[in-house]
Amino acid sequence: MNVAFFLISLGCYFGAVSFHLISLINQRAWARQWGNLLTLSGFILHTLALTVRLWQSGHVPIANLHESLSFFGWAIILLYLLLEYRCKIPSLGAFVLPLALVFVFSASMLPKEIQPLIPALQSIWLGIHTTTSFGGYATFAFAFVAGIMYLIQENQLRSKKIGLFYYRLPSLEVLDDLIHKSLIFGFPLLTIGIITGSLWANTAWGSYWSWDPKETWALITWFIYAALVHARFTVGWRGRRSAYLAILGFCFVLFTFLGVNLLLKGLHSYA
Amino acid sequence: MEVIVLGLNHKTAPIEIREKLSFSKSQISYAHKELTRDETIQEVMLLSTCNRVELFTVVTSVEKGVRALKEFLARFHHISLEILDNVSYCYTQKDAVRHLFRVACSLDSMVVGEPQILGQLKEAYNQALEDQSVGSWLVDLVEKSFHVAKKIRTETGICKNAVSISFAAVELAKKIFDKIEGKSVLLVGAGEMSELAARHLLSNGVKDIYVANRTHSRAEELALQFNGQVIPFASLKENLELMDIIITSTSAPHFVFHKEEIQKTLHRRKNRPLFFIDIAVPRNVDPSVSKCADVYVYDIDDLQMVVNSNLLERQKEAKYAEAIVERSVERFWDKMSSENVVPTIVELTQKVEAIRQQELKKAFSKLPNLSDADREVINCLALAITKKVLHDPICMLRKKSSSSNTSHYIQTAKELFNLDGFKRS
Repeated sequence: MNVAFFLISLGCYFGAVSFHLISLINQRAWARQWGNLLTLSGFILHTLALTVRLWQSGHVPIANLHESLSFFGWAIILLYLLLEYRCKIPSLGAFVLPLALVFVFSASMLPKEIQPLIPALQSIWLGIHTTTSFGGYATFAFAFVAGIMYLIQENQLRSKKIGLFYYRLPSLEVLDDLIHKSLIFGFPLLTIGIITGSLWANTAWGSYWSWDPKETWALITWFIYAALVHARFTVGWRGRRSAYLAILGFCFVLFTFLGVNLLLKGLHSYA
Repeated sequence: MEVIVLGLNHKTAPIEIREKLSFSKSQISYAHKELTRDETIQEVMLLSTCNRVELFTVVTSVEKGVRALKEFLARFHHISLEILDNVSYCYTQKDAVRHLFRVACSLDSMVVGEPQILGQLKEAYNQALEDQSVGSWLVDLVEKSFHVAKKIRTETGICKNAVSISFAAVELAKKIFDKIEGKSVLLVGAGEMSELAARHLLSNGVKDIYVANRTHSRAEELALQFNGQVIPFASLKENLELMDIIITSTSAPHFVFHKEEIQKTLHRRKNRPLFFIDIAVPRNVDPSVSKCADVYVYDIDDLQMVVNSNLLERQKEAKYAEAIVERSVERFWDKMSSENVVPTIVELTQKVEAIRQQELKKAFSKLPNLSDADREVINCLALAITKKVLHDPICMLRKKSSSSNTSHYIQTAKELFNLDGFKRS
């Protein structure tokens, strides 16, 4: 049941991405509207799939790689819909939805059966630690996408080659502001994610911090964003440098989330 | 009932001829009254701008109508018919509808998407309404063209991007700062172009305008105009950190702004972006200033380049607009021709003729011994009866063909004579 919902929602996301890419090219309102309609339908089905899974398994569905990828994509789309509802940033959908689609699509390629929760994960902390961490990751995804869009637009304005994107992308200030807001929300979420993880580690493994690869990389990621937030508020780092750091930070997020699981062995390797 | 448009525009006629053929407001009124007096011309609206003169008309016959219009133009402006033939175009029916729609949407303008033409068309329309030279057909047509123009304005980007240098500067400012309300603008030097750019910025919500000029009195004059403040030219650099947009147009033979001082300024303003619009020739801003992060320098050539790209972008959008026009023409034409009385009259006469033939055949088969002359008499009798019976309804339909409730009469005629039933059998 949850798998069926999940697969239909994946189909909706495919359609949504196509329409958003069409709207990026031809700038027609109908393409964007269809894109958003499909995103919303996909999101509702995806939410249903997650809810059914939560109800069937009895735990927050972020316990293996399929579930975390699916939840990651879901969180990005939730944030996108909220942003789209509130401020309608031009062409944002065409940039952020493909990213979400990559995660949801990879999730669909992995085993989707509900597995019984291993004893180490049976805890109330599971829900808190994973949702805050992934909430932070999803928010940083927006800083990443805004960073890319910023660099493209800034390049057009600086090189004075007025091209396709000059007309389609929002202004530099809007993009810089999006990076800023993503940091303001994402950084506390990541911090809470790490703190709750540490508290949970103390109850589950008997120590707050054991330099497991996941912990180490999460800390490195945290430092990058901390540096970015600090530079922004004190020295006034903005614009291009901010955009570069936001992109770099997200690469570390991806490595902490996926690279560590796939390449390194450690306490966090459940998937 | 034919729609025709006779006109000339910047593409077909040189300025010497256009100015000769243009109409003043009072002349338009005179033309409306004079033309409607012609028996072939039923409705007319005259549009005269610096780029075009167009007569939108509804006439009873194309040939006679075109001749009447040309003769009127030639007579009124003392110009020979040959010249007029060379510079004018004439569209009829669907093509005339399409032409009006394209004019209204500014697809036929010198600069695609410029909005003035719609205002001029509205003026012409109001004048025609006042002169009572337009009836149901043109009223429907012109109102529809306004509707199409509005649709194209909202659904395509043909009016979107700036096509003048001073507007391009404002547009760029909006690509950097998004909302320019609350930003500070500094005018260094005075010039027509920089004044124009400042005025556009003001109308886009900028409140703080500062003026610096070597001649103090000129600076004060400008500041008064824009409700701004004067900054002494000597202390220009100390005040830079307050500014977001700087428009330079001094006649200085050397650079006024250099990289080092801008770098320092940026540090003081915490790297908030700075936008230089350098309209001066020779340039006032050292090109190496643009190497600083978060500083954007556009000189007059760059702005011209933006304008050129914008024009190309408008041209691309015009394709979408043309498609909308085409659909609207089809829809309008279908609607209008369904309301046209002619098909109904044709159907009516066909039905009655069919009945006559049928009844004659029956009668002749019952009377096999008739001579040809007898047959001819009976035939004529039947014809006379049907013609006379049909005469009044047909006249009535024709008379109502240009009234506002034509469709009502058409419907009634169809129902009374059961024409739809006849068509099916």
